[in-house]
Amino acid sequence: MGILSWIVYIPFITAVFVVFTPAPKWYLIRWISTVGTGIHLILTAVLTWKYWQVASPDFSSMKTATLTKLYLVERFPWFESWGIDYYLGVDGISVSMIILTSIVIFTGVMASWHVKNRTKEFYVLLLVLVTGVFGVFVSFDIFLFFVFYELAVLPMYLLIGIWGTGPKEYSAMKLTIMLMAGSALILIGFLALYNGAGGQTFDLLELSKVDYPKSFQIWVFPLIFVGFGILGALYPFHTWSPDGHASAPTAVSMLHAGVLMKLGGYGALRMGIYVLPEGAKYWALFFMALTTINIIYGAFGAVMQKDLKYFTAYSSVSHCGFVLFGLVTLNLIGMKGAVIQMFSHGIMTALFFSLIGMVYGRTHTRIIDDMGGLAKIMPWFTTCFYVGGLASLGLPGLSGFVAESHVFLAGFFGNPWHDLGIMRFLTILATMSIVVTAVYVLRGLAKVFQGPIKNPEFAKLTDADITERISTGVLVFTMAAVGMLPWYLIDLIESSLMPFVNRLH
Amino acid sequence: MNEGFILSNAWLIPAIPLISFFLVGMFIRPASKQAAGLVATSAVFLSAACAYMLAWEYYQAFAPEYQSIVPWSIEWLRYQEFLSVSVGVLVDPTSILLMVVVTTVSSLVHLYSIGYMHGEEGYGRYFTYLNLFTFSMLGLVVAPNIMQMFVCWELVGASSFLLIGYYYDKPSAVSASKKAFIVTRFADLGFLLGILILGYFGYHVYGVLSDSSTSVLAEMNQYSSTAIQPFDFKFLNHPAVIAQFADQGSLLGGISMLTLAMVLIFAGAAGKSAMFPLHIWLPDAMEGPTPVSALIHAATMVVAGVYLVARLFPVYAASGSALLIVAYIGAFTCLFAAVIGCTQDDIKRVLAFSTLSQLGYMMLSLGVATMAHPLGYTASLFHLFTHAFFKALLFLGAGSVIHAVHSNEIWDMGGLKRKMPVTHITFLIATIAIAGIPPFAGFFSKDEILAAALGNHHQIIFGIGLLVAGLTPFYMFRIYFVTFWGPHRTEGAEHAHESPPVMLLPLAILAVLAVIAGFVPMASFVHIGEPLGHHGINWAIAIPAILVALTGIGVAWFLYAGNQDRVSKLVQNLGVVYRVIKDKFYIDEVYLFITHNFIFKYISRPIAWFDRNVVDGSMNLTGWATRMSGWILSHMQTGQVQTYAAWYALSTIVVFGLLAVTLQ
Repeated sequence: MGILSWIVYIPFITAVFVVFTPAPKWYLIRWISTVGTGIHLILTAVLTWKYWQVASPDFSSMKTATLTKLYLVERFPWFESWGIDYYLGVDGISVSMIILTSIVIFTGVMASWHVKNRTKEFYVLLLVLVTGVFGVFVSFDIFLFFVFYELAVLPMYLLIGIWGTGPKEYSAMKLTIMLMAGSALILIGFLALYNGAGGQTFDLLELSKVDYPKSFQIWVFPLIFVGFGILGALYPFHTWSPDGHASAPTAVSMLHAGVLMKLGGYGALRMGIYVLPEGAKYWALFFMALTTINIIYGAFGAVMQKDLKYFTAYSSVSHCGFVLFGLVTLNLIGMKGAVIQMFSHGIMTALFFSLIGMVYGRTHTRIIDDMGGLAKIMPWFTTCFYVGGLASLGLPGLSGFVAESHVFLAGFFGNPWHDLGIMRFLTILATMSIVVTAVYVLRGLAKVFQGPIKNPEFAKLTDADITERISTGVLVFTMAAVGMLPWYLIDLIESSLMPFVNRLH
Repeated sequence: MNEGFILSNAWLIPAIPLISFFLVGMFIRPASKQAAGLVATSAVFLSAACAYMLAWEYYQAFAPEYQSIVPWSIEWLRYQEFLSVSVGVLVDPTSILLMVVVTTVSSLVHLYSIGYMHGEEGYGRYFTYLNLFTFSMLGLVVAPNIMQMFVCWELVGASSFLLIGYYYDKPSAVSASKKAFIVTRFADLGFLLGILILGYFGYHVYGVLSDSSTSVLAEMNQYSSTAIQPFDFKFLNHPAVIAQFADQGSLLGGISMLTLAMVLIFAGAAGKSAMFPLHIWLPDAMEGPTPVSALIHAATMVVAGVYLVARLFPVYAASGSALLIVAYIGAFTCLFAAVIGCTQDDIKRVLAFSTLSQLGYMMLSLGVATMAHPLGYTASLFHLFTHAFFKALLFLGAGSVIHAVHSNEIWDMGGLKRKMPVTHITFLIATIAIAGIPPFAGFFSKDEILAAALGNHHQIIFGIGLLVAGLTPFYMFRIYFVTFWGPHRTEGAEHAHESPPVMLLPLAILAVLAVIAGFVPMASFVHIGEPLGHHGINWAIAIPAILVALTGIGVAWFLYAGNQDRVSKLVQNLGVVYRVIKDKFYIDEVYLFITHNFIFKYISRPIAWFDRNVVDGSMNLTGWATRMSGWILSHMQTGQVQTYAAWYALSTIVVFGLLAVTLQ
């Protein structure tokens, strides 16, 4: 087994260990999970280093490449007669997403330290889910990709339905059905790609070499883009997200908003724009308009929310809009901005949901108006929330700015195929969100943390304990590191994005 | 070129407060509050020492050409090839001037705060924020490109937000901090769009130049440690680049792209420097601790807008209409704020409006300058320099008074002359300095501004400047007389004590600076464009200005020095006019109306409703429709063979019927 298989299966192996641990020993279960994800984090560092070793000599030659170059490939036939392979590999984008996921699952496990209800099943499902996520990021056979994709999406139903809060069955059902509808579109799209290429192979790189006729691309691209877009909270298919996030337990919200929504952007980039460049060019302006709505609408939607989780969920809709917006600018700056935004938003939103979970565990309310003055009682949470909030409104020095400045610049620079005036108009609309974001973030923070202590019972509450400090600290650190030293992330992804751009020309 | 140690390591100046910020924030503050204050303060003093060294080394090494050099920079954000942002340090006379001002005032404010904030619960947090601010401001000042400027611009905004909201359990402070951030953010939207336009055209011009005239780029690369980039000030300000910009065509109504970009950038500058109509956040920002007001909202951060316009001055000059907007907005703010300042009762708010008015002076002075007659440029920075000292002194003096009396209202004070002698003398010096009486600092810089306005034939602006030169002494001596003269009006004033030496020392140092800063021969250090000819005090302008100022003082003395009956009579006679001015022309109310009615009531709430009911409703409807059809179809599964047979027969007939029809 190569390193990529280990990356995929370590969470699964951890899950197996958990399965064989007696359920009453819940403390052991969470330790096993922590160790497993901790090992995974280390392995991810090794992977990054290894990738850098093998890929960095090619960085300059990638400038003109039109085909993704894969590294650390593992490949053997799976269903030979249908041309399905077990085919793993990575490029810079995959590596950056693996880093993101590994950090989020590690902190997510730590943030779930206090899950007492069916601990064992919870961790098993969580770990299986994340196995699927890792699988998606390294699969370059679209059949395998789809298998992992479903593996990542399905456990969510149980995780929300059993461990959730509020109208959890409704939310879980809605989320699952909407995402399944997306999967159906994707499946049709994949089968079309497979058949259009002669039904010989599911190899993504082979498929991308096929010269699909333009009319074919024009009808397949929206299937794939919208299919993934549903997961990426594309307007108007984003409505699963506020309910789903609000009902989900902490770690699930973290993982879902932090990582799973990124599968949408990742899939749209890898399967949509990469394989069907002509289709992308045809539809880009339309989707750009939709994602502009996402950005503005999500931000305004967040302004009046009363529940902290809905608040964060709408803010996610707005921020995920930047991912898809960046992608459909179809230039290097925009795609880079999109990938950075995936990373940045993943960390940021994981931080938000973990903090909300921790604060909720103490106050037993998520209603913004019921809180107030928490800064005095919980300085650690307050600091983390502020850093997250400032990142979310795009403060330079934190990760959000790096991504957003890319996306704005990209929209303004435009591309050769679309009317520059319209693109700029949409970009200007999108930039307005920086003000609205400031409004809702500061409003929310002020109401929750500042002012006098609203409920005298809160005065007895405690600040973060050690596991909470580690998990939030890691996330804050990552956000600041990306914001202050963005060149590492940029170097990691930039050369891998070149083929995406070059193919369009 | 003989570079000294500090010159080649100029990054130290912003880096020292940054390192101190991390150290104090993460390690020292939890351990010991006192140590936090001391470390933070000494770091800024160290940084100040470096700034002075830098100034000395630079003027030694680069006289008399005063090149702008970038001794240190690294690539920070690469958007794509030939479009990246570096982080670096730009050293030229203008940035040195600002570095000196910022580090001096900041170190004195740090020192003062040790006394002022003594015993506060958030003492360590306060110094952490103060360090963060100092770093961000220095980063802004030394920015070699417009993106670094924007980055630090946002960071100073954030640290200002944190410091205004320092008393976070006080609702008024919380809402003031929010207001400051959101209003400046709104202005920054303009700044950002301006940067996008400049970045786009800069990138294209860069391409053109690298094809056609590489010598121009080579010239720009001189004295720079990384290759020139489209965002660099050096690039944007280069005549060859500006000439290319000017050809970029115009929009509807004949506004050129260049003018549009510069006006948008000015919107950002106006937000930060609190120009009308974006000034509303500054008076409220006085909710922060007083030393913060002295540092951020008087001496340093609020002049960032002036500095930004000065940095891009050649580009502004190329677009005459953008510069004219700068001039008139500046002049209007200058007058508008001075008028409001005459009616306020909170000592810090009076000082805040006075800051607005003085910032207006700086802006109008930049606005009247041209590349051919650039006296206004020098005058503006000169005024920035002198104003920093006397306004910081005024705020710190006010802080000392507030500390003693425990109130901000001037009518709660009175008779502090004898109780607080040092505070009194230093406050008086600063008041005279801002009033423009020679030989104190304010006189020289204001004289130069007026001379610049008249010299470039801006009679209206000159008139406004002269009028405000009379209003300024009036409102300043108004608060001076009410605070320090007359009887003790309250218990607090009765029991006032002089502040501790750690607070008085900065006052004394600033007082000395407020006296002597005017004698700095600014024109030989900082200038742009054509060399300035002879310049000194222009007595034809200075004498009327002094007379106007003396009149202002006289009126203030007449109304406020003794009996208050005259004031109340005057207020009664003015009636509605007085009310409107005192309520600041109801600008805040207009804003409140717009935000509450439009953003909250007519946009956000409907969107939230629309999302839950229409968008999500349609998703739920789909679900419901699916369930319903399932339910209806389930009725067909009756389990009775007869029914199935009937359906079978019926369907067969229909199918055959259809076939028969179609086949015919």
